[in-house]
Amino acid sequence: MVIRSVLGVGGAFVNAVTISKATSRGCTDAVVPLERGQREVFCGLTGIIWLHRKIQDAFFLVVGSRTCAHLIQSAAGVMIFAEPRFATAIIDERDLAGMADCNDELDRLVARLLERRPEIKLLFLVGSCPSEVIKLDLSRAAQRLSRTFMPDVRVLNYSGSGIETTFTQGEDACLASLVPILPSATATEPSLLVVGALAEVVEDQMRRLFAAMGVGPVAFLPPRSALMLPAVGPNTRYLMAQPFLADTARALEERGARRLAAPFPLGVEGTELWLRAAAEAWNIPAPRFDDSIALPRARALRALSRHRELLAGLRVFFFPDSQMEIPLARFLSRELGMRLVEVGTPYLHRQHMAAELELLPEDTALVEGQDVERQLDRCREMAPDLVVCGLGLANPLEAEGITTKWSIELLFSPTQGFDQAADLAELFARPLARRLRLRV
Amino acid sequence: MQLTLWTYEGPPHVGAMRVATAMEGVHYVLHAPQGDTYADLLFTMIERLPKRPPVTYTTFQARDLGGDTAALFQNAARDAYARFQPEALLVGASCTAELIQDDPGGLARALNLPVPVVALELPAYQKKENWGAAETFYQLVRACAGPNAPPPGGPRLTRAGRARPSCNILGPTALGFRHRDDVREVRDLLDGLGIDVNVVAPLGARPADLARLGNADFNVVLYPEIAHVAVQWLSRTFQQPATKIVPIGVNATRAFIEEVCALAGLDAQPALAAFAPRAAWYARSVDSTYLTGKRVFVFGDATHAIAAARVAVEELGFVVVGLGSYSREFGREVREAAKLYGVEALLTDDYLEVEQKIAEAQPDLVLGTQMERHIAKRLRVPCAVISAPVHVQDFPARHSPQMGIEGANVLFDAWVHPLMMGLEEHLLTMFREDFEFHGEAAPSHLGVPCEPAVTMAPSWARDAEKELGKIPFFVRGKARRNTERFAQERGLETITVETLYDAKAHFGR
Repeated sequence: MVIRSVLGVGGAFVNAVTISKATSRGCTDAVVPLERGQREVFCGLTGIIWLHRKIQDAFFLVVGSRTCAHLIQSAAGVMIFAEPRFATAIIDERDLAGMADCNDELDRLVARLLERRPEIKLLFLVGSCPSEVIKLDLSRAAQRLSRTFMPDVRVLNYSGSGIETTFTQGEDACLASLVPILPSATATEPSLLVVGALAEVVEDQMRRLFAAMGVGPVAFLPPRSALMLPAVGPNTRYLMAQPFLADTARALEERGARRLAAPFPLGVEGTELWLRAAAEAWNIPAPRFDDSIALPRARALRALSRHRELLAGLRVFFFPDSQMEIPLARFLSRELGMRLVEVGTPYLHRQHMAAELELLPEDTALVEGQDVERQLDRCREMAPDLVVCGLGLANPLEAEGITTKWSIELLFSPTQGFDQAADLAELFARPLARRLRLRV
Repeated sequence: MQLTLWTYEGPPHVGAMRVATAMEGVHYVLHAPQGDTYADLLFTMIERLPKRPPVTYTTFQARDLGGDTAALFQNAARDAYARFQPEALLVGASCTAELIQDDPGGLARALNLPVPVVALELPAYQKKENWGAAETFYQLVRACAGPNAPPPGGPRLTRAGRARPSCNILGPTALGFRHRDDVREVRDLLDGLGIDVNVVAPLGARPADLARLGNADFNVVLYPEIAHVAVQWLSRTFQQPATKIVPIGVNATRAFIEEVCALAGLDAQPALAAFAPRAAWYARSVDSTYLTGKRVFVFGDATHAIAAARVAVEELGFVVVGLGSYSREFGREVREAAKLYGVEALLTDDYLEVEQKIAEAQPDLVLGTQMERHIAKRLRVPCAVISAPVHVQDFPARHSPQMGIEGANVLFDAWVHPLMMGLEEHLLTMFREDFEFHGEAAPSHLGVPCEPAVTMAPSWARDAEKELGKIPFFVRGKARRNTERFAQERGLETITVETLYDAKAHFGR
């Protein structure tokens, strides 16, 4: 595989796609089996755990059941000690029996909530499995409540239900609901929009890098405040910072924005190709691009080499979880020398994943969907050195002697960009290093 | 609709999971959408169980709703039986599946499996976790022990001919607040009294064990919230009396010994003569006088809250300024207890209401659940956890019961530890303006976070200082020291953002 961009060859840029399609096509044409059975994944409500911290003046009100409230609390319970900016409006039998009007009830609860939290500027009504099944129209409710509480509070809605969304798709649905209210960009100059929730420290690094190479203006979606919504229009070019944003991308395209195709900014290679996609769109001369990334890139490679010693040659197995599996597998295989036993993904978006698939080793066993029992059978049979899986499976596998990396941490840590590449590698190395240390 | 920030109890099917997971040889097929599998992590991460809960979820999706979700359920049940070979199968629906009305019980029975199939009707929009656990346990006990029931109106069962009287211990489940440790403590206590334990259930029992519940002379009810329905049925069916006292605290444990000895036909006096929990002596020790009249607010499940209030008043000399529970099913019991202390019982599962009542009562100590720990932290009031809902911290590695003699000792330690020590309190009253020892200071034995001393050279550029500020506070001090060392070793006068990241890459693990 020869990728000119990674080799840092100088000269003016031409089309990035033609450059990277040099010799091999990786897994581009791979036939990916679709597995159906029990799925051991979170629903889209889980995204609220990081989104409610990301958008600091937003509040997430799930309209659902006690199960929904219990899910978010259990998934977040170990890490949130402050008063959360989320809550659940629990539907009860009176609502179902028609003794109470769901819309009246919702209005009452929202009024109580906003009275208690006057700093809230943006309220999301989040649909759940029960609200979808009883066909509670939350978009009408959001419109009605917006009329009541504007201009102080804007009310939007999206669905995080398990029957429609898997784990990270909740963030997708949330961001997609924001797109229609983004202001229209009027500038004739192109602007860059980075899409997908990133840690603040990562955002700041990216801003500095884009500034150094001369790409801009740059905005981020979601913003840190509901009052800082980025503008979007036909001159907007967007880069996806997360791989699970299919609906958001579609909504942005409808506003005229155009996607810059690139791998995701995980690892040194992914970050470089991702930044390069923007540099090319802005016609930045190659020397300037190379100069602007030289320092962080070199130091990231140095920091990565330590983890490569431990990880190279080890076999890794991914259970489907966040849709980050393919970019992570690409990183582990190409930059750390790990061998991919199986890479499960809950959903495969071929278009958004094209640049990633191209970089995966040709014989990678990709699986879309899940039948957790059969997957566990395969996992045990193949006895990998490291299994990436959700919280429900990690300890049972550890008890069987299989080292695991619990996957939710990959979303709750700053992992994107050059200066986090080694941190990302360390997340995979730590469970293995721990196994080596423990004498109990 | 009810607005909920945090919930005290999960949905009723989680209660069913607690029973299924506690037992051996039982599998639960749950009609539920994807996402409901989150419940597995309660057991694998909070309780740190080394196995998956014995639950198969159908994980239907939106596209399945137009098709045959009933067939999906039947396939899941058939596959689960084939794979796990349970001795009894539980089937039921979570909140969403309840709305689509597929009748898991009928569908499972139509499979003609060669084991008992127990269909659970757990109304998710009315009932909650403990109710679900109680109903599940009752249905399982009925299904397994029912065939061994004596015919109604027949002669009274005789259990003569045994050397020692025997009892069942009922109520402990998976994900229970110290259930594991309570069972050990109570079992040892009973053994010391000369009473055999016939079956402990649900924790550790198989369906075959439930079938022989009727062999015991009486039942010990550890957790009424979970066991009371099954115990009532056992009383009716096998004429088994049951204990009413839950042995939490010194006095309740003494009363429990008297109660079980009476039920077993034994003399309690030898055991009571030797009964000397350390907690009772510690409470009388003069250093404990500073505990006198401390105002406590108590909230938890009914059993633990009622017991905690009694211990607080009788065994520590506290004053109860609030008593409440989220267990509405036991509202009467909580109200009666509250009357004893001259307070109005707070029966609610609204976290915001509990917070408001605690703030109004201005207690010196909160005895509550993990929820009240959040509240107490915000109000800067010490707190000890006495009840579920549970947190990973409620599964300590050591033996730490709430019940029996050792349980009473654990309560003394756990409740007194968060409080200011007596002498420290005096000094605080005398020297209010001491800058390290003022009224806002935390108890000194609980430790005070201190910022490490900052060396002056080399200097930090403003943007680097700002970047440092983005590093989480618990590692910031280390990042600062490492960066400064890195800069000094290289003779740098100013630390820039790049220096910060160079140092990070250099010192990275």
